Amino acid sequence: MLEYARWKYTLVGVVLAVAFLFALPNLFGDDFALQLARKDRVAIDEPQRAAIETTLKNAGVAFTGVEIDDGNVIIRFADNDSQLRGRDFVKDEKNGLTREYLNAMMYASRAPHFIQALGLRAMPLGLDLRGGLYLLYQVDVDGAVERLLGIYDQDYRRALGAEKIPFTDITTLQVDSDIPNGLRVLLPAGADTGAVRAALRKAQPDIACRDGVVAQGAAVDCVMTEAQVRERRNFAITSNITTLRNRVNALGVSEPIVQQQGVDRINVQLPGVQNSAEVKSTLGKVATLEYRMEDPRPMPENRRAPPGAKIYMHKDGYPVMLKREIIVTGDQMINANSTSGQQGPQVDVTLNSAGGERMLKNTQQNLGKRMGVVYIEQLREVVEENGQKVERTVKEEKVISLAVLNGVFSNRFMTTGLSMNEARELALLLKGGALAAPISIANERVIGPQLGAANIEKGVKALVIGMGALFLFMILYYQLFGVVADLVLVANVILLGALLSMLGVALSLPGIAGIILTVGMAVDANVLIYERIREELRNGVSPQAAIKAGFEKAFSAIADSNVTTFIAGVVLFVFGTGAIKGFAIVLSLGILTSMFTALMGSRALLTLMFGGKKKITKLAIG
Amino acid sequence: MGTRKWWYTLSSVLMLGSFVSFFTLGLNFAIDFTGGINIEANFPTDANIDRIRTAVEAGGYHEPQVSTFGSTRDIAIRLQSTGETAEQLRPKFQAILSAVDPDVKIADLAVVGPQVGDELRNAAILSLAVTLALIGLYIILRFHTWRLSLGAILAVMHDPILVLGVFSFTQTLFDLSVVAAILAVIGYSLNDTVIVFDRIRENFEKNRRLTSEVTLDNAINQTLSRTIMTKVVTCIVVVALLLLGGPALRGFSEALLIGIIAGTYSSIYISSAIALSFGLKAEHLFPSERKDPIDELP
Repeated sequence: MLEYARWKYTLVGVVLAVAFLFALPNLFGDDFALQLARKDRVAIDEPQRAAIETTLKNAGVAFTGVEIDDGNVIIRFADNDSQLRGRDFVKDEKNGLTREYLNAMMYASRAPHFIQALGLRAMPLGLDLRGGLYLLYQVDVDGAVERLLGIYDQDYRRALGAEKIPFTDITTLQVDSDIPNGLRVLLPAGADTGAVRAALRKAQPDIACRDGVVAQGAAVDCVMTEAQVRERRNFAITSNITTLRNRVNALGVSEPIVQQQGVDRINVQLPGVQNSAEVKSTLGKVATLEYRMEDPRPMPENRRAPPGAKIYMHKDGYPVMLKREIIVTGDQMINANSTSGQQGPQVDVTLNSAGGERMLKNTQQNLGKRMGVVYIEQLREVVEENGQKVERTVKEEKVISLAVLNGVFSNRFMTTGLSMNEARELALLLKGGALAAPISIANERVIGPQLGAANIEKGVKALVIGMGALFLFMILYYQLFGVVADLVLVANVILLGALLSMLGVALSLPGIAGIILTVGMAVDANVLIYERIREELRNGVSPQAAIKAGFEKAFSAIADSNVTTFIAGVVLFVFGTGAIKGFAIVLSLGILTSMFTALMGSRALLTLMFGGKKKITKLAIG
Repeated sequence: MGTRKWWYTLSSVLMLGSFVSFFTLGLNFAIDFTGGINIEANFPTDANIDRIRTAVEAGGYHEPQVSTFGSTRDIAIRLQSTGETAEQLRPKFQAILSAVDPDVKIADLAVVGPQVGDELRNAAILSLAVTLALIGLYIILRFHTWRLSLGAILAVMHDPILVLGVFSFTQTLFDLSVVAAILAVIGYSLNDTVIVFDRIRENFEKNRRLTSEVTLDNAINQTLSRTIMTKVVTCIVVVALLLLGGPALRGFSEALLIGIIAGTYSSIYISSAIALSFGLKAEHLFPSERKDPIDELP
């Protein structure tokens, strides 16, 4: 007797039906499109849609459709090129559309509306299949630590000043570390280091301080622990990811990916973007502001800054000496807008409450004195070193304005001294959130849309032909059972496609290769079962008992052998990056789906065919 | 099993050849690992490699490696890192290549920093090591005897070494996807070995009077049809991938194909043979029963 519990049939049926539904959107593909939304967020109505369509048509823009979707207008294009041309048209102020509408590039699914209404999505395509811009940013996590030390430095100076403790200087310190991780407070000989330590601890309770050993005078060393350094580095990464994400979103690119890669890298993928200078200036340019008071001491002859001061160049070419102490930095800005004021272009800055408080205190104390605004930009430079070209990050710092504080202000004020373009760019950068640590580009790749299309075509062709050949081979070798195996394989591909769509895993060329490979390997489970059935039949067991025994005896071999491939898949997922990760996901999920379809799906099908009380004398198993 | 000396010799020769090739020729690393610039361009007609190389050198870029890939119209140019960004390079190369043929199209332009390359290489080596270690651990847990584990691990090492040997001998471009293929090969190769071992255990359980040699031979023969079937089927799809997948997947599918063939061979001829050479006996698989006489002592 060959039987299979009813709930198992139901499970197989339900799983496959749901999988089919989830995998369905992938069959339709999508169009390059442009989304227009009204700036006042009012839903766009039919006459407006028609007006947009007429505008485009009259201008000779090549589009394939204009439709309303959820209050927005979607303009569809035949290819990436015409999409980019359409976008340029829409963005051009001459054409009048930017006045009323916001625009964003997107991919519009070609699936019928009822499928989209269910919220079902196709797998997003990776850059290698769609074309686009790939950027890998290196985050200067050590710079973030350095900046934190700068903040401690000024806190210490303030605390010692408040307690009226005399000190010679504060310098950075490097203890058991490859970067500066502490501060040394230099004191005159015979100073009471206990009192100094108490004052420092009050200023920064988290940092441990102890007496330092110096040749002259006395010193107190305050060093960050390894955990504190690590925490600061992590903070730099996570807050930079948020910032980059904000900036990317401001670009209006569809399906952008911004994610951490390794310890100190951020990976940005912008599908469909080609040659966009705008992207580079918004994402690639790293700028922030620091506000510092002018140091009233006279400029030294040798241009070497005295303790507690730092010398900068003004953008008009003369040196300016500012205090080391930073009043506020870019981290503390929550909003920035470029406007035109009485003194020309300006950036209106809003600070967070902590920054506002510091600015208030500072302006109260320093009314009538001059405050400098330092503009800091990271540049990447190549230098020859021992005949080898080495990339190096160079920090360019310049004072963009040095002006007398005419009034007391706290969290809202303006910065002048910029050109119109500089003001606009700076406001955009500051609005996106200032970066907690400087970043620079480590990797960069531009993939043409033609290459993407060619890759898809090749991948799909390999999949179809490979599977076709495999299906034929299985039928020739296992006859009727081969047909069953083929059906099970189709179910496996659908299930895998559904899982990938559900998880929103971006499909790349290695991912397609993974699917093809999974299909090849999924046959293995069926082969193991069928070979067992044939063996049982040779031993003279009745057909139905043979099927039952085949499944039961093959189980341990199937489970065992899949574990090893699964291990390889997981390791690949952990260590792999980008497209390789996609391959690893497909490989690992493919193992799970093939086990399910081979063990449950194939058994359900075979039981349906040969089960019950039917009398069977021979199995068509080759 | 009687013929195992021959197979050991064959494997030793192949391994030795792979090592010699690996250490003398080295691998032809892609910019994934070395850092640098990679530019792919399509020409409307057959590309003249020499003219392109001269044009690139005239443009101020030293030692360009120019090669065709996929077809004679698609060329790839590899360069040392210059510190320029993709945005800066694209118009320059568009101009340089347009001088060769005005209708040229740049399809892909990648810039990889040298540091990233180093890290990727370390990550690749680490992932290979971790995979082998985890799989070894799994085998030890699963089969209770170091003899089988050793056989499995040696057989598994055998396959990636052979793939590396062939890749260095033919100087095929070694990129990140080849590492992925090698890891998949390790998984698959072991898959076969495990199935054979599973059968060995089952056979020992059924009949302990047969010698180890006969039992192992039986297990291999019983699983042979399955091993061959699965591998033929997998090879069908990998060959489809190799022929139709385009240049981007060439290295990946080549590594898979070599690895799968090597894996089939090693799991049939090598893994069990090693276990036998180290004196595998039935009682090694069932350790609890071996202690029976001791337990009966007062």
